[in-house]
Amino acid sequence: MTDISSGNAVLLEEEEKTSLEAREFGFWIYLMTDAVIFALLFATYAVLANNSAAGPTSNDVFELSHTALETALLLLSSLTFGFATIAMTLGRSGRVVFWLIVTLLLGVCFLAMEFVEFQGMLEKGAGPEVSGFLSAFFTLVGTHGLHVAFGALGICVMIGQVLIKGLTLPVRSRLVRLGLFWHFLDIVWIGIFSVVYLPGVM
Amino acid sequence: MIEVIPDWVRRRDSLFVSARISIISIFLLLLLSGCSLSDAPVLSPKGPVALAERDLLFTAFGLMMIVAIPAILLTLYFAWRYRGSNENSAYTPNWEGSWKIETVVWLVPAVIIVALGTLVWTSTHKLDPYKALVSDKPAFKVQAIALDWKWLFLYPELGLASVNELAFPADRPVSIEITSDTVMNSLMIPALGGQIYAMAGMRSEINLMADGPGVFMGRNTMFSGDGFSDQHFKAHAMSEPDFQAWQGKASDTGTALDADVYTDLHKQSVADPVRYFSSYESELFRNIMKKYAPVSTPHHHDDSTEEGAS
Amino acid sequence: MLGRLTVEALPFYSWVAMGGAFVTVAGGVAVFLLITYLRAWKVLWTDWLTSVDHKKIGIMYVILALVMLVRGFVDALMMRAQQAIALNSEGYLPPEHFEQIFSSHGTIMIFFVAMPFLTGLINIIVPQQIGARDVAFPFLNSVSLWMTATGAALVLVSLVIGKFSQAGWTGYPPYSGIEYSPGVGVDYWLWALIVSGVGSTLSGINFIVTIVKNRCPGMTFMRMPMFTWTTLCISILIAFAFPALTVVAAQLTLDRTLGFHFFTNGDGGNMMMYANLLWIWGHPEVYILILPAFGIFSEVVATFSRKRLFGYPSLVYATACIALLSFTVWLHHFFTMGSSANVNAVFGIATMIIAVPTGVKIFDWLFTMFRGRIEFHPSMVFTIGFMVTFVIGGVTGVLLALPPADYLMHNSTFLVAHFHNMLIPGALFGYFAGLNYWFPKAFGFKLDRKWGIRSFWFWLIGFYLAFMPLYVLGFMGMSRRMEHYADPNWQPYLVVAALGAICVLIGIACIAIQLVVSARNWGSSRDITGDPWNGRTLEWATSSPPAPYNFAIIPDVSDIDAFHEMKIRGTAYAPPVRYQDIVMPKSTPLGPILGALAFGLGFAFVWYIWWLVALCFVLSLVCVGIRACDDNSEFVLPAAEVAKIESARLAQISPADLHDMRDFVPLGEASGEALPGRGM
Repeated sequence: MTDISSGNAVLLEEEEKTSLEAREFGFWIYLMTDAVIFALLFATYAVLANNSAAGPTSNDVFELSHTALETALLLLSSLTFGFATIAMTLGRSGRVVFWLIVTLLLGVCFLAMEFVEFQGMLEKGAGPEVSGFLSAFFTLVGTHGLHVAFGALGICVMIGQVLIKGLTLPVRSRLVRLGLFWHFLDIVWIGIFSVVYLPGVM
Repeated sequence: MIEVIPDWVRRRDSLFVSARISIISIFLLLLLSGCSLSDAPVLSPKGPVALAERDLLFTAFGLMMIVAIPAILLTLYFAWRYRGSNENSAYTPNWEGSWKIETVVWLVPAVIIVALGTLVWTSTHKLDPYKALVSDKPAFKVQAIALDWKWLFLYPELGLASVNELAFPADRPVSIEITSDTVMNSLMIPALGGQIYAMAGMRSEINLMADGPGVFMGRNTMFSGDGFSDQHFKAHAMSEPDFQAWQGKASDTGTALDADVYTDLHKQSVADPVRYFSSYESELFRNIMKKYAPVSTPHHHDDSTEEGAS
Repeated sequence: MLGRLTVEALPFYSWVAMGGAFVTVAGGVAVFLLITYLRAWKVLWTDWLTSVDHKKIGIMYVILALVMLVRGFVDALMMRAQQAIALNSEGYLPPEHFEQIFSSHGTIMIFFVAMPFLTGLINIIVPQQIGARDVAFPFLNSVSLWMTATGAALVLVSLVIGKFSQAGWTGYPPYSGIEYSPGVGVDYWLWALIVSGVGSTLSGINFIVTIVKNRCPGMTFMRMPMFTWTTLCISILIAFAFPALTVVAAQLTLDRTLGFHFFTNGDGGNMMMYANLLWIWGHPEVYILILPAFGIFSEVVATFSRKRLFGYPSLVYATACIALLSFTVWLHHFFTMGSSANVNAVFGIATMIIAVPTGVKIFDWLFTMFRGRIEFHPSMVFTIGFMVTFVIGGVTGVLLALPPADYLMHNSTFLVAHFHNMLIPGALFGYFAGLNYWFPKAFGFKLDRKWGIRSFWFWLIGFYLAFMPLYVLGFMGMSRRMEHYADPNWQPYLVVAALGAICVLIGIACIAIQLVVSARNWGSSRDITGDPWNGRTLEWATSSPPAPYNFAIIPDVSDIDAFHEMKIRGTAYAPPVRYQDIVMPKSTPLGPILGALAFGLGFAFVWYIWWLVALCFVLSLVCVGIRACDDNSEFVLPAAEVAKIESARLAQISPADLHDMRDFVPLGEASGEALPGRGM
């Protein structure tokens, strides 16, 4: 009886390995579809960037220092996620949790700053319903923010998994994929910073 | 050796009977087509633009027949020739390719497409709707505004305007500037040539010409709501004296198209009767476009953003 | 509490609308009662709805497609009837109803007939063709199915509660914007698109990974069957193109729901951007629908010509060319928007280039038939019908690709005839061929041939009768989407078109009869060997219907026609030395639950019921979270169990059932040489 179940465990683990490989490949493709979404949102922004109608233009609404700080937070969070990944390869689950918590905090701070920025714009009468330019801005930056929020939620779930299950094979694989997601969002943000904010204040 | 005749061999006969029926019915349909096709506006154009576009259609159609006819005939012939019951036909179950055939089936269509591509390049430039037509007479200018669900035509040279009727001198190019004060529309007079979209805040343009006097159907071809079916008008190409008379009629029976009247006209209405206006605000077309400008500054750059965004 | 949902949303305002609602509700109730009467709820839930088996998911997709085909076709009949009588009169449909019908017809046929039909066939067959036990992500597959079903459900519900979109299946703004279409119709349309679009995207990802990673040993890319190749190509197209649909639908939703200005008239909106984004998805979508059918034709034509496929590499490259080029031609959908001559010409030429690989495909199938032994199975008859008819559609397509000609034909019934000419023979005939071809694989018995052939003839003749007049009407200046008209010359053609629609109706009835008759006679038409047509590719190596794991032993292949080769070598049906344990995915209720939540989300968004939106959203996240923590989603089927299933199958097969392979010699020994006719 024990023989069979341990044989099964080996079989299941082997199957799991190949399936996790497939998952990683699939996740890359998912990221690519997400990249297409962002590419089109960037294109939309490029088309509508000057369509400010009767509302404010990009010069009136963007504040580079605020955005620079946001950028710093997000880049830093990518770095700390990198530390979490290194800790994971070393098998140090305590450190993984620590770095994940740091990453989470940085991510939440970024979201808070973005929230403040949006709030300020809405109060100034620069909401997304004002002009095509602002619609495109809020959609592009908001979609990125939404992704960061989902990523943060994922980090919460993974902290729980590391604590409860330890660094098992599936947990490690999920962490790797979450890491891909998080770094991807960083790249998108660099795009946003250079396509939206920088030309906006130039 | 006696072989059992498979089911499908016997059924073959009924197959070909049905084929015959379908061929006959298609033939009957073609006959029917012949009756009223002679005056189909696209096939019997009444102006140089439509004529050139139609000829292009025919040329391209003819070119493609080089591939299409063999493809259709070979399909039917092979299906019959190599039917399973025909034990006398050759059989090459392992034959999987032939460079000669592959070369032909890639190259022949490619050559035709090169020919057609050249045709596309030259004809698209030649028949660009924005391009002024060559004529010894100056183009007659018209401004067309799409409304729900009617067309308003302004005649800047005459200071007149009309609803659901377009009048212009025959034998002289007509240059129509188009915009919309509602959803996307598309202006088309099939007998004279192709169409172009009417979009709010944008100016598009089409250049047409009628060979001689005549009355042609024109319409919005882009679905725009409940009154869409009735959004058509008559385009009158007139001889010089007739056109003079039309101007007299329009300015005599027409009223002034001021802001109030325009507000009224702008409301949704279906199958409006023809109306004339003896005058209109001189900047009406531009003002309608300005309502939808992407940037509302008093003096902004050129409005003519006709090109599709990508 | 209920947002803008009030009693007025019920269709008591018109008899026709009430009729539609009644039929929908009565249909739902009838299905419910039937299942209850058969006490099938438990079986349905445990064996089907919660299943992650690709074959069952595939079957459910195809059932969804066939049900929606009937619904979409009723729309078509109603339109044809309206136009046949509406000369200088209102006919029997007021404009707002007619508009809903043409909008739902297009939406349903593209998103809820063609997409699920092809996804279903792919699901049933592709894993078997590549010698795999399941798709890469079985649970994701179930989610895809339920997202698609949810989209269909939203369209159906719009018939009973509220109205459907009146903006056409392309939903061009500003007309589809909130200013000109204030009702819930466009929102139903948008949410149906968004939800089912997510499902399709996930399917695309799933099948890319499945085909790249799960192929059996020996199956190199250039040994994959054509259907698998086309599936790989369209999966890549889906992954690249569907995000564009998601973006454009989300943007229009934001415009409508939150007052954004992406596509509005004025305020900085740009309606031309909608056209661009929509067709960046929309043109690849055409090939997403057609390429799998091309794959099916390739399989069918080889099997029923009893020959190897002619020019396999050529077909593969042609498919890849078409897939690649499909992203470069979107602007030809709006040559008349006023682009410069240079832009129009470039896109016109790009469009025409696609005709080359497409033409190559036709000739490759033609030369597969050449020197074959053609059996007029319904699948083959559909294929021949396709080849002849599709050429006509290709010709009219190239005509429309000439910008100046397009200025004349755009928005006319000529265009309508053209794309039906592509999609009915090009896609639907392919799916029907696939249905007739693979039905025994899915269900274990063959479909009735007589009714299959009949359905073909009614479809073919119906198609010609319905659409050749529309080509002519295009020349006569008739625009699409006209609720009534004033030109008496048009009416005879429209009457013929209506007769064509009736003919197609009989064709659909034939398919229904075919299914019933076949099910009744299933005892005498059982497929015991799993290889009813002397097939060539791996899916015929499994039993019909296949065991849950498809292959007890993963095959090792060395040829394109892998199973054909096994039969020649005599290795097909040979039992292995010993069986092994097999890891299988567990069923899960999360798929249907996520579908239900997506339905709640979409419905709540349509009616502005914000608390329900939040609730469904949070619950969906919880479901995803639960799944993300699940390490126990698989189970082991013991080798003894596998041995039992397999030996029971092999015991049933007697040598007399197997196909005579004497005509065939292994490739290489008689390559390219004609065998003399047997009768000579």
